[in-house]
Amino acid sequence: MSRIKTIETKDIAKTVENGGCGECQTSCQSACKTSCGVANQQCENQK
Amino acid sequence: MVHQYKLNGYNIVLDTCSGSVHTVDEVAYDVIAMYKSATQEQIVAEILKKYGHLDGVDEQEVLECLEDVKALEESGKLFSEDQYEKLAYTYKNNSKVIKALCLHVAHTCNLNCSYCFASQGKYQGDRAIMSFEVGKQAFDFLIANSGTRRNLEVDFFGGEPLMNWDVVKQLVAYARSIEKEHNKNFRFTLTTNGLLIDDEVIDFLNKEMSNVVLSLDGRREVNDHFRKDYAGKGSYDTIVPKFQKLVEARGGKGYYVRGTFTHHNVDFTNDLFHMADLGFTELSMEPVVCPPDDPYALTEEDLPKLFEQYEILAKEMIKRKKEGRGFTFYHYMLDLKNGPCIYKRITGCGSGTEYMAVTPWGELFPCHQFVGDPKYSLGNIWDGIKNEAVQDEFRACNAYAREECKECWARMYCSGGCAANAYHATGSINGIYQYGCELFKKRIECAVMMQVADAEEA
Repeated sequence: MSRIKTIETKDIAKTVENGGCGECQTSCQSACKTSCGVANQQCENQK
Repeated sequence: MVHQYKLNGYNIVLDTCSGSVHTVDEVAYDVIAMYKSATQEQIVAEILKKYGHLDGVDEQEVLECLEDVKALEESGKLFSEDQYEKLAYTYKNNSKVIKALCLHVAHTCNLNCSYCFASQGKYQGDRAIMSFEVGKQAFDFLIANSGTRRNLEVDFFGGEPLMNWDVVKQLVAYARSIEKEHNKNFRFTLTTNGLLIDDEVIDFLNKEMSNVVLSLDGRREVNDHFRKDYAGKGSYDTIVPKFQKLVEARGGKGYYVRGTFTHHNVDFTNDLFHMADLGFTELSMEPVVCPPDDPYALTEEDLPKLFEQYEILAKEMIKRKKEGRGFTFYHYMLDLKNGPCIYKRITGCGSGTEYMAVTPWGELFPCHQFVGDPKYSLGNIWDGIKNEAVQDEFRACNAYAREECKECWARMYCSGGCAANAYHATGSINGIYQYGCELFKKRIECAVMMQVADAEEA
């Protein structure tokens, strides 16, 4: 893979089975109040 | 779906549905671009025509690169399929809990900022202050509707919430007195213009609020252009020392110094750098929300300049981090390894379903940006949700609610975007606020690039 380097990321597909605990922060509450960004929110369930 | 772009010397390939990020050389970049639309023979011929003069680029090499791409495809890290659309609807239909409230404790303000989306805190209505009784009922309503959710968020918002300070303190005390018996953990935020901050406020906020949002637009002349009191005096000189004192005493707890940029300061990175130079490290800067005919509205001509600004910001942040004087920009915070799960990524912001705004008189709206629009009144904190038709509209809002989003590489990062922005731009919460989408995509490209730069550095 000398021409392609893969950065370590969370495999989104694997998180389907966790069901979504919903404990994470509501995205709009933190700072922006004028847009929606979900990718910058922290997961509360790191098991 | 795959998104490819070049930024800051990196060739970056994002795989939308797995969240995978790859950095590639020029050959692999072009191979991936052609992979789904050309035959193997065509790809080899095209690559050799373009790069054949370079050392190490021969037919064998191109075939090996194709094999690598195929292996990534088979392992679900490239061209992965989107299998999540049904989940977005079923998750929200099955989840009826409320977990966050934006508590409008004061529909009044001691600043008179002409660009305020909330019309100087009044939200197109009369000035009003939330009573303790209304606030208490809002907490009882939240607990009663939160099901098994443990972490509950309440943002003390306005207007200017410090203009109703005693009630804020009483409500925090009330919430703390009941959270254990209900097995809840309240996380409070307070958003303030800073004018009324004093030592007592600092002590209380730093003890009780998990996050504080401090409104400052940046350089003195930029801040004071809009952020003026009723006598016309800018707020900068009053608030900056207060913010510095608060942050210094905060002991590492969360905060954001948050600004708004407009057509008048398209070079908003200079405002962010100014904030950083004042000693603030947790920064947020948002494009103004206003009708397009307002004189300070961002224009089409501003867009390329804003793209450039976001790139300048990302590069400067990388540089300052290396120099040991880094800062955080809200929209560039990405944790690729421990970020949100698929449900968070596709079910939207939660407005109108798990997140609502409460007016000083206890009326419920889908979020703070719908307050004052009678069409979007959901009900109240005593009787609950009465306008189920509107709530159902919000429940159907997700990363797949718009045809354009289904074709967009960024849908797993924005979850379909802000319903209020869509509504204000198009008249429908299911519309597309294209300008906001363009800015959002640029920010994500920059944020991912910074992660790539970090990984390369390591």
